[in-house]
Amino acid sequence: MSPPSAGSPLRVSVDLNLCQAYGQCCYAAPRHFRIDGREALFYDPAPGADARVAIERARVACPVQAIRVEDPDA
Amino acid sequence: MADATLLDRIKDPSNRADPYPLYARLRRTPVSRQDDGSEAGTWVAATHGTIASLLADPRVSSDTLPPADRPRTGNPLTDLIVKPIRDRITDAHRPFIFRDPPDHDRLRAAVMNQFTRERVQGMRDRSDRLVADLLDRKRGAREIDAVDDLAYPLPVTVICELFGVPREDEPKFHDWATQLATALEPDSLSDTEIRAENSRTFDAIAAYMADLIKEKRKHPQDDMLSGLANDAAPDGTRVGDYDLIATAILMLVAGHETTVNLITNGLLTLLRHPDELERLRADPARAPRLVEELLRYEPPVQFRTRTTLSPIPIAGVTIPEGADLVLLLAAGNRDAAVFPDPDRFDPDRTGTRHLGFGGSLHYCVGAPLARFEAEAALTALARRLKNPRLVADPPPYRPGAALRGPEHLRVAIDGIA
Amino acid sequence: MAPSRTERAVIVGAGLAALRAAEAMRAAGFSGPLAVVGDEPYRPYDRPPLSKHVLTGETPPDATALPGRPGLALDWHLGVPAARLDRTAQEVHLADGRALPYDRLLIATGTRARPWPNPHEGRMPGVFTLRGRDDAAALRAALAAGPRRVVVIGAGFIGCEVARVCRSLGLPATLVDPGPTPLARVLGSTVGGVVGALLREDGVDLRFGAQVEWLEDEGGRLVRAHLTDGTRIEAEVAVVALGAVRNTAWLTGSGLSADPGGVDCDADGHVLDADGRPDPRIAAAGDVARFPHPLYDGRRVALEHWGHAEAQAVHAGRLLAGDRPDAPYSAMPTFWSMQGDVMVKSVGLTDGADAVAIAYGDLAARRFVALYGRAGRCIAAVSVDCARWLPACAELIAARAPFPPDGAAVDRNARSLDILAPGLP
Repeated sequence: MSPPSAGSPLRVSVDLNLCQAYGQCCYAAPRHFRIDGREALFYDPAPGADARVAIERARVACPVQAIRVEDPDA
Repeated sequence: MADATLLDRIKDPSNRADPYPLYARLRRTPVSRQDDGSEAGTWVAATHGTIASLLADPRVSSDTLPPADRPRTGNPLTDLIVKPIRDRITDAHRPFIFRDPPDHDRLRAAVMNQFTRERVQGMRDRSDRLVADLLDRKRGAREIDAVDDLAYPLPVTVICELFGVPREDEPKFHDWATQLATALEPDSLSDTEIRAENSRTFDAIAAYMADLIKEKRKHPQDDMLSGLANDAAPDGTRVGDYDLIATAILMLVAGHETTVNLITNGLLTLLRHPDELERLRADPARAPRLVEELLRYEPPVQFRTRTTLSPIPIAGVTIPEGADLVLLLAAGNRDAAVFPDPDRFDPDRTGTRHLGFGGSLHYCVGAPLARFEAEAALTALARRLKNPRLVADPPPYRPGAALRGPEHLRVAIDGIA
Repeated sequence: MAPSRTERAVIVGAGLAALRAAEAMRAAGFSGPLAVVGDEPYRPYDRPPLSKHVLTGETPPDATALPGRPGLALDWHLGVPAARLDRTAQEVHLADGRALPYDRLLIATGTRARPWPNPHEGRMPGVFTLRGRDDAAALRAALAAGPRRVVVIGAGFIGCEVARVCRSLGLPATLVDPGPTPLARVLGSTVGGVVGALLREDGVDLRFGAQVEWLEDEGGRLVRAHLTDGTRIEAEVAVVALGAVRNTAWLTGSGLSADPGGVDCDADGHVLDADGRPDPRIAAAGDVARFPHPLYDGRRVALEHWGHAEAQAVHAGRLLAGDRPDAPYSAMPTFWSMQGDVMVKSVGLTDGADAVAIAYGDLAARRFVALYGRAGRCIAAVSVDCARWLPACAELIAARAPFPPDGAAVDRNARSLDILAPGLP
């Protein structure tokens, strides 16, 4: 168990119409994004605030810019 | 036609330091025919929309390599029997960046299956360490060459370790990789000398790789080549030996040339934008967006070539069947229709769908490696270089127009922290 | 029209469309009071995970709050539905008796699950519908309890997704639908057959051409479903997945042209009254809005798509903020469905398709794009694990390109495609 992170969870959503399973988010934030099979993306819609940098990496790396993030503490 | 020479001028080494004004002129005609003496001509796509569309167009093929044709040796046995067989094998087992589905998809999936999140995460941590060690070696220096001292050894070590190529064999790859990377430069494909040299190089590296694969079968290690040589792909098939050799060569060559440019272009851009260098020093969390903007602003791969399987109507013209296509990724990345104020380096842009890694089926396999290697290198350079100054601006460039980057990047410093 | 005093805006509905519309209004410069009314007690949340990873337990139901732009300054009225619209007084009346005055109004009330026709059976413990967060939480709890069998009634997207989730949890599942294959009404039986094969391989007990007649309880709890042919399915959980009905009842008496199929809009997005005149103060967006789609010759459609709720809401938000978009809303319809670990995506509308061709990939490999034609034009495409070819198909559809498309493709040498019957009803 990781210790409770400081701050509110982030809010994440992915536009799966845009997603083409490039998988860049899975490399950037492996604990919060995963591709099942060939194209089925699973993502954590409420990552802890300690995942901020990893989620930012995933957001900017997405080739189709399908990831939306809100940081309630920002 | 006034535009007829623009592509030639892009290839001209004297324009290497700043090809962007030429790209801007090409963008005025989204898809233009450039006279190359052939009937179909070479067609250049220079706007974001047309490039993105053609990258994802099923009528556009990546099978652009001319048939293998090893130089004749004068020995009739070799020339009449061995050569045709070897040429045919080479043709049937090209690296998958030069192949189409379904073969491309099968080989790429096999690689991606080995390119696990755990392996990549491991190399992320490792590259932070490598950068620290490489910079430690330059303690006390008053000048560094960002290429030789960091931008080259980092990605090369990463790709060798990831694939399980012994580090002591790496110097051989340096020359092999430089030679084979010319396959991405359009003119080299029609140059007999270069093609002959490419064949010799390919045969040498293939022989090396065949031995290494044997070794990986005998003594599997926890590396990608061992995995590719021994594991079944997700569809249950195994990659054949010739495809395995071509795939391993592709990964190693790609790992040599491209990230070097990204890191070097990155430092060059930061030194030209000292405010951004300072902001990165103060806040390393800016690195991901900064790297992403670099991939837009100074992409290591400036363009890729394709060929058409059918006539393609696009942007008011029809590209004929069998035409050579140049997709000018770096020009699309400066398209004002998509990126406001495109010539400004601005890591805080949002929604950046840059073309720095290409797109669709052939999107760069090594993109995650390139990103974290550049992140590691630039963050450390920003933090540790004391008062860095460019010794020459522009720096000297390597000859490639497609794989474009400085040959050396000399930086005067007051020391390394 | 420049506002002469501070104008007030109300958004009825508090889902994805409501949030994106509010963002668009603020981005377009609307600075007046902006109220959001929602019948559920929650701020906008994302629905797609509810039928997938919320049911598997990987995502907690309350984790799906949607990201939005900060600083929207919204007045939330949650947990209370709108009861009535008075356009003369320009007021939205809430079920708790309050009235919210408006100068600009967005109708984004979405849909609710179509209930099981027999209300007594529908309320029986063990019988579920799936639309909101509470529905998903309740169904998740029921699945986690390890029922002996789950019967899913209706093989649309939600029904198929739920059946696959049950299998991934190791639960026996039966899927019942009167059609010939899953998704036959949307994809046709040719492509629907592939989805059916995936479900069958996954161990789902498929009953096609069948209908549930009634649900039987013992001691007040569901114990079995009876099919019209007399077959009985022993099941402790039933999921009623019969589609959705639009939340328009509160518009009764408003004078707007609305029925359970949606509220009518003009091409701009303004709602129409019963005489077909637009009300310039009111727009609609998302599942509830029935509008003429330019891509389909102005045919009136109401789309229950995630991407549509976003895009049309942005359009409507700008419209209400006085920043009228240059062109009518004409976004290409798109949706996805995650069938276990298989991704099904669609662009365009298959309605009326008279032909289908496997344009790329391979049916047998379960990786392909099916292109749909109608009267010699490309109208829709469906991809199964083949998303990167879909944008090219969207270009063909947007250009109304001839069907079948001419030209070769990288993964096949043949220049002619096999044309199949789509198998649409």
